[in-house]
Amino acid sequence: MSLKYLLGRLAVMVPVFFLVVTLVFFMIRFAPGGPFSSEKSVSPAILKNLEAKYHMDEPLSRQYLHYLKDLLHGDLGPSFKHANRTVNEIIAEALPVSLELGLLSLTWALMIGICAGGLAALKPNTSWDYIPMSFAILGICLPTFVVGPVLVLVFGVWLQWLPVAGWESWQDRVLPSLTLGFAYAAYISRLTRGGLMEIRMQDFIRTARAKGLSESDILLKHSLRGGLLPVISYLGPALAGIITGALVTETIFNIPGLGRFFIESAVNRDYTVVMGTSLLYFTLIFVCNFLVDIFYALLDPRVKYV
Amino acid sequence: MNPILSIKNLQAHFHTRRGVVKAVNGISYDLFPGETLAVVGESGSGKSVSQLSYLRLLASPPLKIPGGQVFYRDKDLLKLSDAELRKIRGDKITMIFQEPMTSLNPYLTVGAQLIEPLVIHRKKAKSEAWQAATAALERVGISNASNAMKAYPHEFSGGMRQRVMIAMALTTEPEVLIADEPTTALDVTVQAQILDLLKSIQKENKMALLLITHDLGVVANIAHKVVVMYAGRVFEKGSVDDIFYRSEHPYTQALLKSTPRVDRDDKILPAISGNTPDLIQIGSGCPFYERCSYRTDLCQAEFPQVRLGLKGHERYCHVEKVSS
Repeated sequence: MSLKYLLGRLAVMVPVFFLVVTLVFFMIRFAPGGPFSSEKSVSPAILKNLEAKYHMDEPLSRQYLHYLKDLLHGDLGPSFKHANRTVNEIIAEALPVSLELGLLSLTWALMIGICAGGLAALKPNTSWDYIPMSFAILGICLPTFVVGPVLVLVFGVWLQWLPVAGWESWQDRVLPSLTLGFAYAAYISRLTRGGLMEIRMQDFIRTARAKGLSESDILLKHSLRGGLLPVISYLGPALAGIITGALVTETIFNIPGLGRFFIESAVNRDYTVVMGTSLLYFTLIFVCNFLVDIFYALLDPRVKYV
Repeated sequence: MNPILSIKNLQAHFHTRRGVVKAVNGISYDLFPGETLAVVGESGSGKSVSQLSYLRLLASPPLKIPGGQVFYRDKDLLKLSDAELRKIRGDKITMIFQEPMTSLNPYLTVGAQLIEPLVIHRKKAKSEAWQAATAALERVGISNASNAMKAYPHEFSGGMRQRVMIAMALTTEPEVLIADEPTTALDVTVQAQILDLLKSIQKENKMALLLITHDLGVVANIAHKVVVMYAGRVFEKGSVDDIFYRSEHPYTQALLKSTPRVDRDDKILPAISGNTPDLIQIGSGCPFYERCSYRTDLCQAEFPQVRLGLKGHERYCHVEKVSS
């Protein structure tokens, strides 16, 4: 993997980023309605003032250039709906919360998923396989808005071990991260099982056995690396998705994260927030996939980027 | 002299949904120290399965070994625990495979894989094992061995990878090397090189080489003794000359006749008519019955007892005299 390749990959990000900015900008503007249209009628004079304040009375091309100029300075603009708050402020406040929740959930998911999948792959078609894999199916099928309330009911209300909502103490972190991580754990366990099963049918595993290696050596030294490659590939989009897509979990547990801004801004036509969150999501996807590709090349010596 | 490896009435069955596939149906033969024994047979004759079965390199289930004994010195390998067998497999008995392209781990360097037998079986320190493994690579004719140790398998050609496999199987100086069609996947020129290498190593180390092959040319080139297998049974055993020039088994003869030869001007290469039998429906008779031109009713009823010839030449056939 050459430095040239790494720089090239990053350089590609610039035109794609520009494309995303342009597309999202015009798509959201062309969507019917606007930030100031609501059931309550606003007097024409106030509306005019509002539009002037946010430069909405200018032609669209000027607004676009204006936005690009601010963006180059790292300014994502003021929110149209949250008075006196800029998009930068909103992201600066909510991103760390979402990042923490997301990383915690993914850590759970990796630990549980790899253990369960590994067990299933080592003892296929036994209860060590069937029980975790049934849970995995359940985890993939059950939506967060079912898992969350059930966990709250059991551990928060009945057993009273953990708080039902909030984001203050470490105890507050447990239920939301489990809720959010459950589906990811399920998916990772299936990927782990599939990856390991495939590796363990390879000829080189027979070679390792023929050499007299113990089963644990065969698993740790010869199987894990190749067997976990599907999980690594999945982690890139999963990380970006888990950080930005936790709306339901955040709502259930009343967590001040990013998720709600994604939905709320699109519904409210809060143009700048839509832009901000979209660009954030794009950047996360790009960076995560980039990291995964680097990691992949480190794990599989046959992969060469030139 | 006592055999180093002695297979006695070994059976290996696969339990599948379609029924029990009797891949190996009671075979016996001995391997003596310092000799090269070729096990010859068509695909599906059970020549590989018989080795892989007692070394426990096949998934079980579906594989079951309903009967037999396999002695390494005085130990019955079939009675050992997995841990006990692991101490012999990869140390005293090593193996190389048909598929050099896929038999090495693509995620690990050649060196990391080469040192494993020494580290596991001889408890050598990694640095010491690394030196020994580098020497083993040099011995199998890999130039610049210390660089090769740090390379990954995909950086080598098929022939080179097979050399690496051979080096790996030799690091512990085994008493028995089982080579399962080691040249089948290679180019003809490379085949000859690998065979020469095996031949010279066998001589130098005085180890026993058990060569599984379907290539009679390979047999003639390298083997001292030959075992002919068909449909899970042994048909004939003997020295190379016994098999090539004095064979008294209809199957061996048919096999030899259907081998292309440069010193014979065949307009049409003879073939054995018919197909190999379905190993699920196989009965107690001779499995070659359907295709044999000497067959009698007795052949269908029971598998023959051994007939002893001169100097250890053995054949399993009801027919008294087979004209060649």
